[in-house]
Amino acid sequence: MLSYSLFAMTQSTPAPADPPAADTTGTRVLVELEDVNKHFGSFQALKDINLAIPERQVAIVLGPSGSGKSTLCRTINRLETIDPGGIIRIDGRPLPEEGKALARLRADVGMVFQSFNLFAHKSILENVTLGPIKVKGVKKAQAEKDAMELLERVGVAQQAKKMPAQLSGGQQQRVAIARALAMRPKVLLFDEPTSALDPEMVQEVLDVMVQLARDGMTMVVVTHEMGFARKAGDRVLFMDQGAILEDSDPETFFTRPQHPRAKDFLGKILTH
Amino acid sequence: MNGFLELFAEYDILGAFWMNIRLTVLAAIGSFVLGTVLAVFRISPVGSLRAIGTSYVNVVRNTPLTIIMVLGVLAVWGQLKIEFFDDFALNFFTYAVIALSLYHASFVCEAIRSGVNTVPQGQAEAARAIGLSFLPAARVVVLPQALRGAITPLGNTLIALTKNTTVAAAASVAEASGLMKSMIEFNPNLMIYIFLTIAIGFCIIVIPMGILTTWLSDKLAVAR
Repeated sequence: MLSYSLFAMTQSTPAPADPPAADTTGTRVLVELEDVNKHFGSFQALKDINLAIPERQVAIVLGPSGSGKSTLCRTINRLETIDPGGIIRIDGRPLPEEGKALARLRADVGMVFQSFNLFAHKSILENVTLGPIKVKGVKKAQAEKDAMELLERVGVAQQAKKMPAQLSGGQQQRVAIARALAMRPKVLLFDEPTSALDPEMVQEVLDVMVQLARDGMTMVVVTHEMGFARKAGDRVLFMDQGAILEDSDPETFFTRPQHPRAKDFLGKILTH
Repeated sequence: MNGFLELFAEYDILGAFWMNIRLTVLAAIGSFVLGTVLAVFRISPVGSLRAIGTSYVNVVRNTPLTIIMVLGVLAVWGQLKIEFFDDFALNFFTYAVIALSLYHASFVCEAIRSGVNTVPQGQAEAARAIGLSFLPAARVVVLPQALRGAITPLGNTLIALTKNTTVAAAASVAEASGLMKSMIEFNPNLMIYIFLTIAIGFCIIVIPMGILTTWLSDKLAVAR
């Protein structure tokens, strides 16, 4: 369905000084986690995470529930704080603690939530233009033009004047992707983007994500969609009890998992 | 009943009610502005601002309005000699508006905070994720939805404020309840009628507020 480039718009950002990498997966590291730990009280949600995600890589995060996948995803744009000592860098710059600098860096990291989280009191179009207008100072007319283009590309342009509650879950999630893309982020984080959807709506969202991946968007995707992981993923991170136990390409992970818990996990989800 | 209608000629009953309405409108604006600021303090990520908001609400909400009103007159005017206007009536009217605003701001703050609790956490997270910092996220995303969710408690606060304007009599403002006292003093035989007149007058002002509140809260509800 989406033969045109979703990523084309996001590429029109002024190019960074360093030259673009030649490979599909670049050499410039966009997301870097160093000794990241996270406690909720006495419960350790993340254990010694060290991770580098180069540009244009699609990293799939798998694992049983409660394994820390969502927490990992949310720490990358500091929706969750991390324990002192750990460092998270976005495109080489450490995430600031709080304030305006953090807000600026967050604008470079798009996020798509499980529960869509469209602004309930704003129209679809306003949901997409809000960030560019308020954060980047884009003129309203330009922001609306860009937003309509993005909505067109995710297939919900006809709904632009409606309110979020009037759309189906699949449509809302595609709007949420358009809203994230409107900020022209360097990285997109997906926190179980299809888990709250009715089964018949999962595919329309995955189609958009596959297209994004093909267009070269750097993505971190927490998901249970194994088909998507195989089709669009460059790398699988398997997590359990807060630690990354396995880090390999999808083919290796699905056919020859190394860790017993990864084998156990795959056994449980692939047999039904 | 004899002499009841003459009361309307002798006393400026409508003018007294007009005073209550003016107190209500100005104190509603004042308390809404201050209450919103306090609510932002109370939900802010800065601990000291939260402490200021919480302290204000707990001190002011638990102090009787009459005491705040009398304090305005005795301390601010009597002791500190702070006068806003040379005109005696206007000056005391100003004390009354300020006292009513300060007092009801604590209730407005709590009403808005209850509205904030109706806004799912994800809304604020989504706002932060597109790069809005705390204040813009509060102003553009959280508060507009919180206010729609807070219309009923805000309406209740407005109704309480309207009736609490009678406490301004303690600051020598010529409003309806003060007038009632003088009317009864000089016409004790008409006490019941005088009382009913004032009571019905307040009902006429307040009942539309309740209807408006219900209508607005239905109309502006955020569909999720």
